Amino acid sequence: MTVPPAAVSSNAVPPATVPKIALKGVTKHFGHKKVLNGIDLEVGRGESLVVIGGSGTGKSVMLKSILGLLTPDSGSIKVDGEETTRLRSRDREKLLHKFGMLFQGAALFDSLPVWENVAFGLIQGEHMPRAKAKEIAIAKLGAVGLTPDVAELSPAELSGGMQKRVALARAIADEPEIIFFDEPTTGLDPIMADVINELIVQCVKDLGATAVTITHDMASARKIADRIAMIYQGRIIWTGHARDIDNSGNAYVDQFVHGRADGPIKMQIKAL
Amino acid sequence: MGFLAATGRAFLIFLEATGRLALFTGSALSHCVRPPLYPRQILRQMIDIGYYSLPVVGLTALFTGMVLALQSYSGFSRFQAEGAIATVVVLSITRELGPVLAGLMVAGRIGAAMAAEIGTMRVTEQIDALSTLSTNPYKYLVAPRLIAGLTMVPLLVVVADIIGVFGGFLVGVYRLDFNAASYINRTWEFLHPIDVISGLVKAAIFGFLIALMGCYHGYHSKGGAQGVGAATTNAVVSASIMILVWNYLITGIFFSTK
Ligand SMILES: Nc1ncnc2c1ncn2[C@@H]1O[C@H](COP(=O)(O)OP(=O)(O)O)[C@@H](O)[C@H]1O
Ligand SMILES: [Mg+2]
Repeated sequence: MTVPPAAVSSNAVPPATVPKIALKGVTKHFGHKKVLNGIDLEVGRGESLVVIGGSGTGKSVMLKSILGLLTPDSGSIKVDGEETTRLRSRDREKLLHKFGMLFQGAALFDSLPVWENVAFGLIQGEHMPRAKAKEIAIAKLGAVGLTPDVAELSPAELSGGMQKRVALARAIADEPEIIFFDEPTTGLDPIMADVINELIVQCVKDLGATAVTITHDMASARKIADRIAMIYQGRIIWTGHARDIDNSGNAYVDQFVHGRADGPIKMQIKAL
Repeated sequence: MGFLAATGRAFLIFLEATGRLALFTGSALSHCVRPPLYPRQILRQMIDIGYYSLPVVGLTALFTGMVLALQSYSGFSRFQAEGAIATVVVLSITRELGPVLAGLMVAGRIGAAMAAEIGTMRVTEQIDALSTLSTNPYKYLVAPRLIAGLTMVPLLVVVADIIGVFGGFLVGVYRLDFNAASYINRTWEFLHPIDVISGLVKAAIFGFLIALMGCYHGYHSKGGAQGVGAATTNAVVSASIMILVWNYLITGIFFSTK
């Protein structure tokens, strides 16, 4: 079931001197709750990094901080070596041209038909004529296995798996340099999950993009990752090559990978 | 001591909310005048506010004009002032009732819809998705609604004025047996441009406030369906109160006796 990790990493460009994304000491709190406790993480150019971790450990908050949708309290976030935490909104818009994101809940615009969702970045961001953008959108839909007749439907008429695929098409439509996938397979049946995994691997390879995927689905992680990082209590507690995930020598990682209830990670559960 | 602390805290929360609204308004306004604008979005909002509100605003105006004529007749006949009915109807409608009632109806219809739509977009991360696609949500979502509110509510009020006066005319002529020509004459006789203009200025400000409250509460909604529901209620209530307060203030500016 697992793709040999070597095959995946062979098409990854070796980490250049300047990492594509570099986080240093990033913290973020909401109210009294510290969600990020000093995240240190580097993603190399063209690398596919998978971040694993339990629910509510701050995975989405981390991605949103990199995108600037949330402002971190402290720490540094560099993209292509440039500090991004204090960008003004116009520079932020420019920076975000480099990014594509597949949101956890797909986040399709329900006031627009499917094709316009996919073409959104092309029409609004790059001012492409609508007819041409529609052609590209239909081609991108084809790349994620959706037929042209889906293009005219409204997102609400689609199943969860189809919505994820449309969201994937939207994320890759304007060929970003960096793509984020937030729990791409959560809530899908195992077969659809594998279809999405294949699509992600394919899209990232075709674009030569740098990818960061968040997941708690180990099958997905093994398939997508060059490198895996584990987040726990708002910190990155382990990073390593995807092929080393089964002998990480880290009790937390072991517990997560094998999905055991007992181990160093404790759930706050009171007996009935 | 506890009382003081509680008062202080409430005051701080009030200041924070006011500041946040001021920032939101400033930011939204600056995006209304800086390109790129989104003509499709503006058009969609204009049709939503201007065209689809016509039936409810028209009906409101019609019955308001009719009841005004009826009420003033029963009141004014006590001191033989029936002749003033046409004037009373046209002045009340253009100065006060046209803009205020149209504003309140539009607040219920449009303010709620805006808060619900933007609020849903917020809690389903569609607003985050917009930003990620290099589209500023203030420009794409908020500015078109403000522009449409500002321009379309005055147009609605022009229609409301005409229909309201027509409602008064209907009751005056067909129920109270006024002469049609003299009723129309009476309507024009004491009407000054300022009466209509002040009403339209009110309408523009109301339209802006309705859209602002809808967008503001939608934009800051959180916590799923319940949060969106709360945002919708807050948008309608705050827009309605603001309409009534500003109505008084603007009337004071236009028609101060001093
Ligand atoms: N906008 C927000 N406001 C308040 N709390 C938030 C917000 N976003 C996330 N959180 C909190 O931060 C924690 C981590 O959230 P998240 O990053 O979404 O978790 P996950 O790792 O499952 O993606 C959660 O406890 C959540 O309640
Ligand atoms: Mg998440």
